[in-house]
Amino acid sequence: MMPVEAFLRQDAEAVRPAPALVKRGWRKLLFGDVASSLLTVLISLCALWAVPRVLDWAVFDAVWRGNGQACFDAGACWAFLGAKWPLILFGIYPPDQQWRPIVVVLAFLAITLWSLPERNWTRATATGWLVVIVSSLLLMGGDTLGLQPVPTGDWGGLPITILLTVLSLTIGFPFGILLALGRRSEDRMMRWLSVGFIEIVRGLPLLTMLFIAAILLPLMLPDGVTFDNLSRALVALTFYSAAYLAEVIRGGLQSLPKGQEEAARALGLGRLATLRFIILPQAIHAVIPPLTNTVVVVVKNTSLVLVVGLFDLLSAGRSALTDPDWPSPYIETYILVGFVYFVICFGISRYSLWLEHKLSAGVQR
Amino acid sequence: MARPSPARESTASASTGWRIAQVAIVLSLVGLFAWLASNTAQNLHSRGIMVGFDFLWRGARFPIAESLLPYDPTDSFGWAFVVGLGNTLYITLLVIVLSTALGVVVGVARRSSHPFASGLSAVFVDTCRNMPIVVQLLFWYAVVAFGLPDTDHASHPLPGVWFTDRGLYFPRLHLDGPLLPGVFVLVVGLGWAWTVRRRDQRRRTETGRSPHAGRKIVAGTLVAAVLVAATTGLRPSLEYATLGRFNYMGGVTLTPEFVAILVGLTVYSTAFAAEIIRGGLDAVPRGQWEAARAIGLSEHQTLRLIVLPQAMRLIIPPMTSQYINIMKNSTLALVVGYPELNFITATTINQTGQALEGVGILMAIFLAISLGASWLMNLYNQKLGLVTR
Repeated sequence: MMPVEAFLRQDAEAVRPAPALVKRGWRKLLFGDVASSLLTVLISLCALWAVPRVLDWAVFDAVWRGNGQACFDAGACWAFLGAKWPLILFGIYPPDQQWRPIVVVLAFLAITLWSLPERNWTRATATGWLVVIVSSLLLMGGDTLGLQPVPTGDWGGLPITILLTVLSLTIGFPFGILLALGRRSEDRMMRWLSVGFIEIVRGLPLLTMLFIAAILLPLMLPDGVTFDNLSRALVALTFYSAAYLAEVIRGGLQSLPKGQEEAARALGLGRLATLRFIILPQAIHAVIPPLTNTVVVVVKNTSLVLVVGLFDLLSAGRSALTDPDWPSPYIETYILVGFVYFVICFGISRYSLWLEHKLSAGVQR
Repeated sequence: MARPSPARESTASASTGWRIAQVAIVLSLVGLFAWLASNTAQNLHSRGIMVGFDFLWRGARFPIAESLLPYDPTDSFGWAFVVGLGNTLYITLLVIVLSTALGVVVGVARRSSHPFASGLSAVFVDTCRNMPIVVQLLFWYAVVAFGLPDTDHASHPLPGVWFTDRGLYFPRLHLDGPLLPGVFVLVVGLGWAWTVRRRDQRRRTETGRSPHAGRKIVAGTLVAAVLVAATTGLRPSLEYATLGRFNYMGGVTLTPEFVAILVGLTVYSTAFAAEIIRGGLDAVPRGQWEAARAIGLSEHQTLRLIVLPQAMRLIIPPMTSQYINIMKNSTLALVVGYPELNFITATTINQTGQALEGVGILMAIFLAISLGASWLMNLYNQKLGLVTR
């Protein structure tokens, strides 16, 4: 029998260099095999066909300045946007008072930017939001501040989009927390009420809800009590926000280990104190990235209020198109409106991604 | 000394304070509803509106521009609702099929190493997801209704196809002659292929050999069906749209409203479907790909046999809610004037004043569909969910 040592190696394997990182060059990526070559050719052909046409329309044949006459039988009518942007961004708000919606938009922009870094998530910032919201409403309305009163029917454009988003989210948030807690409650009645509300609201298209709010609210309130269009739309949007926020917050509550609650109770904290100091802060912190995604959904949804006759950014753009002096450049107007929405929504979703990265880095210690 | 374990807190005896709060919540909710109901009754009374569903059998007397189901203004309001629902479901199903197919293409393209393909799909997805669907619908409507040439200068990209600002016109396929013999051959042949395939699959798991008899039978069936149809006298013909006095007539016509809602919803939904599919594929660990390649499977086999079955578990639940979203988004067809369910309801309420009943029908239909779909999804999840060991 051969000794075992005969099978065993005595020398270590020679150190080999790590395999070279396969770095594929552009040529390899574009024409590496038949499939990618075909794809390259196909996409290039499409681009060769489409890009000159789009450029002709958008740049070379476009009308950059001038009046409506120049825009007939030409490419894109960017001059229209140059002439009408105040109407598109601020609706039919009285032109001499337009500094007010501008201040409102800037105030919201400033407080949003201030709130982005995590170190500014303080009580003072929350109070700041409340101050901005209330003073925006007062400034837009005007009569309490001794300015020229402007009824909500004349508000329009970007301020309406921002106000509907912010108001429906801030009013919907506490209700969302209550609904989420109710859905997880051991109490059967609470659970059924919450589940019923959440599922009904989530099962209906928002358009249908706006429509119901517009038709049923006047019918269900006593004679003489009237709601303006803004409040009706706000009711529907707030229901919607509350139901969707509730589901996000429920996710946060589910992610908390049960030991957190038990430990708090063992320390002698009451039910309410446990919720307020232990459960909710952690649950909400855990779902901040999905919450910002809900904000994107709500921003996009505010564009639906056009069906109940509110002049948000989109409908303000459409009303600008009715000017008979211009050849109704619909496509250009929708591009501008879409671009404004895109900047807001893309910004928020990028922020959400960044936040997710940052917050998860903090947890994995 | 051993202490007894703490008594389990039961909710029934939680505390009297909680009991009182509960009663207060119920009472205030009941009170709120009673108040709203009494207001409603009073308002209806003062406006002279009788509550009831009798109006559903009265003649609707309003036109519906286009519909899948046959409709005439002399039909009843009830039938108008059915027609509206038909349009909603028609658009929804079309968009579901199209956006799923395109979503797979875009989702896979986004993960590919081809710089053009991944770059283009990334731009497409980010742009479409971050603009409201209403803006996109109106944009596509404007492209068709204002961007395309008028009837006299119709654009003519392919033989038999005309694009104008009144709509898109395609040839219609007519089949003249007996249809049954060809269809019979097709059904029998495909049925046979299916049983053979089942047998082959069983044999493959037993012996490891994989015969492909099923494919040959399918190909043979197709040829045989065409031959049988031709010999029994089935003649296909294309009916082209022709320029009438004012407009193109005949063929298949897609109205600007329909094109806008179809293209807009499909583009928007494709972007979301692509992200769901990409997420599902990304979630399958790299080791699965590498292991499959190591045991000698080809790229295609790896995708089909190893990666997709695992990715599907993650893709299917969000895809279902995406399908429900498509149904909900199809209600936006209203903004470009396509007559779907909300549109019909609004018109009906305008004409009859039966707001409560109209809203009730609308809510019942949408809730039935979306709650039904999520219930089916839960059943499916319980059946096919990951069996963890």
